[in-house]
Amino acid sequence: MARTVWDSTVGKKTVMAVSGLIMLLYLVAHMIGNLKIFFGADEFNHYAHWLRTVGEPLMHYEWTLWVIRVVLVVAVVAHAVSAYQLSRRDIRARPSKYVHKKPRASYATRTMRWGGIILGLFIVWHILDLTTGTVHSGGFEAGKPYQNVVDTFSTWYGNAIYIVAMLAVGLHIRHGFWSAAQTLGVGSRTRDRALKAVANVLALLLTAGFLAVPVGVMTGVVS
Amino acid sequence: MKLTLRVWRQKNADAEGAMSTYQVDGISPDMSFLEMLDTLNEELILKGEEPVAFDHDCREGICGACSLVINGDAHGPERTTTCQLHMRSFKDGDTIDIEPWRAAAFPVIKDLVVDRSAFDRIIQAGGYISVPTGSAPDAHATPVPKPDADFAFEHAECIGCGACVAACPNGAAMLFTSAKVNHLNVLPQGAPERETRVLDMVAQMDEEGFGGCTLAGECATACPKGIPLTSITGMNKEWLRATRKAAKK
Ligand code: HEM
Ligand code: SF4
Ligand code: FES
Repeated sequence: MARTVWDSTVGKKTVMAVSGLIMLLYLVAHMIGNLKIFFGADEFNHYAHWLRTVGEPLMHYEWTLWVIRVVLVVAVVAHAVSAYQLSRRDIRARPSKYVHKKPRASYATRTMRWGGIILGLFIVWHILDLTTGTVHSGGFEAGKPYQNVVDTFSTWYGNAIYIVAMLAVGLHIRHGFWSAAQTLGVGSRTRDRALKAVANVLALLLTAGFLAVPVGVMTGVVS
Repeated sequence: MKLTLRVWRQKNADAEGAMSTYQVDGISPDMSFLEMLDTLNEELILKGEEPVAFDHDCREGICGACSLVINGDAHGPERTTTCQLHMRSFKDGDTIDIEPWRAAAFPVIKDLVVDRSAFDRIIQAGGYISVPTGSAPDAHATPVPKPDADFAFEHAECIGCGACVAACPNGAAMLFTSAKVNHLNVLPQGAPERETRVLDMVAQMDEEGFGGCTLAGECATACPKGIPLTSITGMNKEWLRATRKAAKK
């Protein structure tokens, strides 16, 4: 069955929808967690430490976190690979363009592709910046995420990259959430307006919630 | 009406094509778009030039033979077939671009005529029901609930014109395929082949080199028969159901 799913355009799109929804679920949790930065360094750092001890004593230190990381890596890779393969197929299926151009035709599709590439690059930068500290601007210190975040958003490029990426997330989810509902066969004429509304609200909440942190640092609310 | 036409001319499948410009005069707003092209062709024949090849048959919007992307819109600016589009939708002095359906799976044969036999093969893969031959059964032999009958009818309206493929930025045939899958899968007559139908038709669709769906929605906007975008959602649902059932076996 795995073969049938992966070899079919409809099946590959299902992989994309499921992996996208897994990432979306994670983003909601991540966004809520980030907002704890507004309650001060102690609470934020304590929350980050808690992430490593969730599930104890059943789980060992950091086990739960690693399970989440593995699920996310699988989701990102599955999502990006299917997006790449489907996009290549789509471009090959329409080799000659119309002479009479209508820009709107592929607006959503192009935004999703470019947005996806931006998000992919962002994910790499984001991990190197705040998880491993490899490209961090200040003196990165593991276990001190509050200071690390403040350092990142004290640079103009840290803010710029982050803001662009969060706008991309919003646009991606706006089309993506509704698309996933169609791909998984749960959309319908009666549900269409509700699904679009949920997609818009999710996109708006996530973008606003994520952007609150750099805005907080820039305005000095978080320092 | 006096019009400037820019028409895609291509000698055969292997030749390079290009847009050619023509002037037509004396066009009545009551003419259909195809009658306007007939007028152009008569003039071309009188001048000893090759007439523009385009597909048409019933000219009453039911056969699905006519095509043409007119000013970037499949079947032109109105929601109908090109044969049912009238010149009153244009203004005197307009320039009109006329191009063939564009998709890898629909190669151009000549001028505005494309090969749509990929659709026939998708239908052959599962767009049918198996019935015993003999005299026609009584009309009420197999009861169909009214909402199901309406649903089936809405999807049965597809005339296989291919405008959905032409309009899709990915050259996808999802709307066409889903119209047939939904039409037959909801009916008791279609039940015996419900799973194989959707799996085989989608596989054939992929095999023909059509693209995938990105829910851009251009197909449903272009469809002269108003097949809704949710038709694709319905087919995805049927495909997932059939795949799950096949996995359990
Ligand atoms: C590695 C980076 C990413 C790439 C390359 C990427 C690319 C894409 C592309 C090309 C599509 C298809 C758009 C369409 O059908 O028009 C898509 C859909 C989607 N994406 Fe992403 N994306 C990425 C990251 C994300 C993230 C972080 C999320 C989490 C919220 C996400 C959620 C979704 C969802 C829910 C869909 C809808 C699936 C469907 O069309 O059925 N994506 N993505
Ligand atoms: S779904 Fe609509 S546009 Fe596509 S082939 Fe059928 S009638 Fe034509
Ligand atoms: S010629 Fe038959 S539908 Fe247009």
